[in-house]
Formats: sequence, C-alpha cells, structure tokens
Amino acid sequence: MSATDINWFKYSSPQAFYPLAGRMIPWFAAIALGLIGVGLYIGFFVAPTDVTQGDAYRIIFVHVPAAWMSMFLYVIMAIWAGLGLGLNARPSFMMAQAIAPTGAMFTFLALFTGSMWGKPTWGAWWVWDARLTSELILLFQYIGIILLRSSIDDLRRADRASAVLALVGVINVPIIYFSVRWWNTLHQGASVSITAAPTMAGTMVTAMLVMMFGFWMYSIAVTLARMRCVIVERERQPSWGKPASMPDVVEAR
Amino acid sequence: MSQPSMSEALRGVVRRDLLLAMRHRSDVAMSVFFVVIVASLFPLGVGPEPAVLRMIASGVLWVTALLACLLSLGRLFTADYLDGVLEQTLLIPQPLAVLVVGKVFSHWVISGLPVVLLSPLLGLQFGLSGDSLWVLTLSLLLGTPTLSMIGAVGAALTLGLRGSGLLVALLVLPLFIPVLIFGAGAVTNSLAGIGSEANLSLLGACFLLSLASAPWATAVALRIALE
Amino acid sequence: MQWGSLAEFFAMGGYGLYVWPSFGVTALCMGGEVIAVWRRHAAAAGSRDES
Repeated sequence: MSATDINWFKYSSPQAFYPLAGRMIPWFAAIALGLIGVGLYIGFFVAPTDVTQGDAYRIIFVHVPAAWMSMFLYVIMAIWAGLGLGLNARPSFMMAQAIAPTGAMFTFLALFTGSMWGKPTWGAWWVWDARLTSELILLFQYIGIILLRSSIDDLRRADRASAVLALVGVINVPIIYFSVRWWNTLHQGASVSITAAPTMAGTMVTAMLVMMFGFWMYSIAVTLARMRCVIVERERQPSWGKPASMPDVVEAR
Repeated sequence: MSQPSMSEALRGVVRRDLLLAMRHRSDVAMSVFFVVIVASLFPLGVGPEPAVLRMIASGVLWVTALLACLLSLGRLFTADYLDGVLEQTLLIPQPLAVLVVGKVFSHWVISGLPVVLLSPLLGLQFGLSGDSLWVLTLSLLLGTPTLSMIGAVGAALTLGLRGSGLLVALLVLPLFIPVLIFGAGAVTNSLAGIGSEANLSLLGACFLLSLASAPWATAVALRIALE
Repeated sequence: MQWGSLAEFFAMGGYGLYVWPSFGVTALCMGGEVIAVWRRHAAAAGSRDES
C-alpha cells in the first residue's frame, strides 16, 4: 500500500477518530475565533448605524447566526441519526449525541437575542411572529431529544430512540414553519414580523455572514470535542459492539 | 389453518382491544369527564362574559381535546407491554404498522370519539352556534385520530421508561402543534365568517400524512423499545 | 471609526441595555459551553486513566 493511500473508513472507528478529532479541534477553534473577531469588528466599527432601528439592529450579528446554526445543526444531527439507523453505525449515533447540546444552546440564544431585539424595536419582550415561534418549538424538540436520551439507560435503545425522534422532528420542522406562518396570517394585526428588517447595507450583510461562518466553525470544534468525551465515556460503559479487550486509544497513522 | 390476511389481523386487533375496553368502561368515561371538567375551568378562570368565551372557545376546546389525547396515550401500549402481549404482537407475521393502526384505531374509539361526540355540547357552553359547532365537531373528528396516531410514536418511544408520562408530553406536543393550529383555526375562521375549508383541508392532509407515516414510525419505535 | 468616544460606543445610541446583554449572554453561553466540554473531557479521561 503506497504511502499516499488513506483508508478513510478506519476513521469511522472511535479509536481512530479520537486522535484525529483532537488534532482538528485547535484548527477549527482558531478559525472560529478569527472569524468571530473579524465579524465583530466589521459589525461594530465598519457597519453604519441603521436609519430606522438605530444601533439596536446590531443584535442581528449574533441573532441571525445563532438562529441559522440552530436549524442547520438540527438537520445535520438528523442526518447523522438517519445514517446511524440506516447503517447501524454506532459512531453516527455518537455524532448526533454530540451535536444536540450545541444546537439547543444556539436555539436558546436565538430566542434570547430575538427577544432583546424585539423589545426596543417592537416594544414587546416577546412577539409571536412566525420565526420566533418556530424557533421556540425547535427548542422544545431539541430538549425532547436530549431528555429522551437521558431517560433511557440502555445505550443501544437510547441511540436508536433519539435517532427516530430526531428524524420525526426534522420532518416536523418545515411543517411547523408553514403552519405557524399560516397561523400568523390567520391572526393578522396581532403580530408583527421581527424579521421585516429594512434593506441592509453591504457591510451589515458581510458582518452577519462572517459571524455565521465563525459560529459554524465554533460548532464543529465543540462538537468534535464533545464527541471525544462521548467516545471516552462509552469506552467505560458496557456497550454493544465493544471488543472484549479495550485497547488504548491509538495514534492513527 | 391458512395464514390470516392483513385485514383479518387488523380486525382481530381491533376486536380484542374493544372487547378489553368494554370490560373497563370507566376508560371511556375518564376521557369524557376530563374534557368536561377542564373545559369548565376556563370560564371559571377567565370570567363568564360570553364575548370572551366565544373568542377563546376554539383554542380552549381544541387544547382540552389535545390534552385528553395526550393523557390517554399511557394506556395505548402499557398494558400489553406489561403482560407480554406486545412482544408476541411483534412476532406476528403481518406488518407491525398495520397492527399499530388497529391498536390506535381502537384507542381512538375509546378515548377520542367520545370527545368528538361531546364537542357540540361543550361548544354550546362557550357560546358557539350553528355552523361553528359543526366545524368544531368536524375538525375534532379529523384531528383526534391524527393526534392519536402521532401520539402513538411518542408512546412507543417512551415505552416502559420511568417518568414516561411527562416525557411523552414533551416529545409529542411539538408534533401536535400543526394539527392544533389548523383545527382551532378552522373554528376561529368559521366564527369570523371566513370559510373554514382551507383549514379543514389542511387538517385532512395532516390526517393522511400521519396515517401514511406514523404507524410505520411507531412500529420502528416499538421494535427499538423491545429488542 | 464611527464612534465619537468610548462612552458613545457603550451607549449604542441609547440601546446599550439591549445590545450588550445580547452579546454578553452569547459570549457567556459559548464560553460556558467550551468550559463545560473541557471539564467533561477531563472527568472522562481522568477516570479512565485510573482504571
């Protein structure tokens, strides 16, 4: 086998993935810090003050990236869940397990910052607009998955049950969004759209996108780190598919 | 004896469950009384002003029916699970999803249908009349079996877990929300004089979607819980 | 630089009370998450070495 041949499948074993993840985390963390730093700089020192919303609009530099990550991570988690169920692959379940808390955190942040943005802009701490309400329901779904997993002692059942729930939930996300928008139009006049933001200047969009990528890199770093925790924790638990003797986590070549 | 067909197996499941329910007729009464009592709580909490009650009627009655469905989910699989019948059911050659439809149907006949039949009376208590009463009943007729089917997925996922009552609520309520929106929306529209056909059609779509997917997901969840 | 002074920067055009808690809580959550995962790893890997 030539030196340039890389057998990628060997990284699907937790023992090989562990050190690989360990080497990747610092890079993603550094990129994340860099992007977030740049994004914050552009957001506060380059982007101008908004005509209608004043400087309150700058909250979107964390609100929109957090909201986007919350939904993106849910879909990624559901994909890993589906792969786990389809391929009967334990590491896929572990990835889904590692993603959930970060996704839930971003959902909470989206709601909190959304509320903070809504108060000065629309006068209320909470508005039942389609996006915020959908985000709230997404938080419920995240919490459900996390609680279900923690309620089941058997690892195999916990993996598969939370995977099924994640898949059912991901189908529910577009249905929720559609039905909540429908509900909004049904009760017109009582609601305002918090996302009816005025046209954004180029620098505003840039800052928002940079922050979004920064959050994305951060999520990868944290998920990889949590995955390593999960791997080590599971090594100690009696779990299915574990070899009889427990080899030390080796350096993959 | 020849292999029983799918419809025979389905009828067998339904017949057995309904027969068992006949021996515990209180189960039917429980759902009914729950809905009556909870629906009465709202006027007690909000005040008896007819205009207010009419405004909140669609939401209150729908949420009440939804909660009744939620609370009855514990009875869907638990009895069979505890006495080992559920494990045997998994071994039946017929598709498990079909058997699940049978179980959910009988469960709905016991817990959901009485609520549907009672709803016009409750609607009257809240000052609904004429068309809106009819729309309320129809929306619940479409909605409660949908809720039962969706709820079955949650019941299967949490089978035998401690604290499963609260947990199933957390899992299933986000899935209930679209049905609630369309169902209560139908009644609200009818009260406002706008047509409720759109909401009812969407409700029908939810019913068909859940019929096509929920029993299968429930079967998968049952196998996961019992292996 | 569009801010006349540090005071203006913190005031955020009068919206400081909304902007800074937003960023603050965000930083707290993300930093807190990093710390939590760090500690979780120390606990997991530490007790592994004991066995």
